[in-house]
Amino acid sequence: MELTEDQLHRYSRHIILPEVGGKGQKKILNAKVFIVGAGGLGCPVGYYLAAAGVGTIGMIDNDTVELSNLQRQIAHSTKKIGVHKVDSAKETFESLNPDVKVIGIKDRISKDNIKDLIKDYDIVVDGSDNFPTRYLVNDACVMLKKPLVSGAILRFEGQVTTILPGEGHCYRCLFEEMPPPGLVPSCQEAGVLGAITGVVGALQATEVLKLILGKGDVLKNMLLIYDALKVNFRRVKVPKNPDCPVCSDNPTITELQDYDAGYCRI
Amino acid sequence: MAVKVRIPTPLQRLTQGKEEVEGKAGTVIELINDLEAKYPGIAERISEGGKVRRFVNVYVNEEDIRFLQAEQTPVKDGDEVSIVPAIAGGK
Repeated sequence: MELTEDQLHRYSRHIILPEVGGKGQKKILNAKVFIVGAGGLGCPVGYYLAAAGVGTIGMIDNDTVELSNLQRQIAHSTKKIGVHKVDSAKETFESLNPDVKVIGIKDRISKDNIKDLIKDYDIVVDGSDNFPTRYLVNDACVMLKKPLVSGAILRFEGQVTTILPGEGHCYRCLFEEMPPPGLVPSCQEAGVLGAITGVVGALQATEVLKLILGKGDVLKNMLLIYDALKVNFRRVKVPKNPDCPVCSDNPTITELQDYDAGYCRI
Repeated sequence: MAVKVRIPTPLQRLTQGKEEVEGKAGTVIELINDLEAKYPGIAERISEGGKVRRFVNVYVNEEDIRFLQAEQTPVKDGDEVSIVPAIAGGK
């Protein structure tokens, strides 16, 4: 595949980077990335990946656009209220860049569909809004050996980590168990400054692009913590847990489970 | 000088909104008990029966205490301790 004149022009600021070049841009155009959630994080992640020319973007979300989403979910707009988020995002991303094909799935992710959904993608991005989904996505990515870029936000705080199964830690090495329901508030209960979804989502998109290009370091065995009020980024080390129930040599979790019991979703 | 402790967003309610507080040197569990004396209720959010909860991580200068000496990990003046619970927001 050769880049067209339009593509050379569209991606010229990428192509001029020695770390990208025409070769790297072609890798981006051939990449397939699956995004869990078309909300606060899914919007900026998808937006930047679409602009970058990621050829295939899969997105799953079962919700429709609501007025209270628009303070941060920048792929949607006032006239899209009531429209499925994945349809709204598809229209936004494909009109930004015709090189991009968005495959929207209007469903909830579950132990029964996740492996089929992600198996043909190169990289998975977690922008979900609840713990059961985060553990499910982690376990599936470990089992299928899919790189996973995980991001989370609350109030003025963000967390980002990159999971490379077989090489580094997984989400269960980081947090062994999910908190019992009610102990950690959701954004709906606790609020979130809209712009930090952009900071965290752009960090996730950057991790994805570096993975596609094979350039630089990623947040393997590290957690990046962003504190917006103190304008502070901290990185802490996340060793692989030799007793991890899912990614160790002798895992106790070998089949996917749904972890929803007792959890209410937003 | 004391130990600097970074308090995560969900627990700042217990520290009058402060995201950084000071604590006494010793071990991690002694530090948590020292915080409890100043900010009642905080210890049980971080630990249970003298053990740090499994969805909360404690880092002493970037190192996860689970891979050091767990609750007995020493902390000295000037160290920076981060309490990091899992958060899940994305929408």
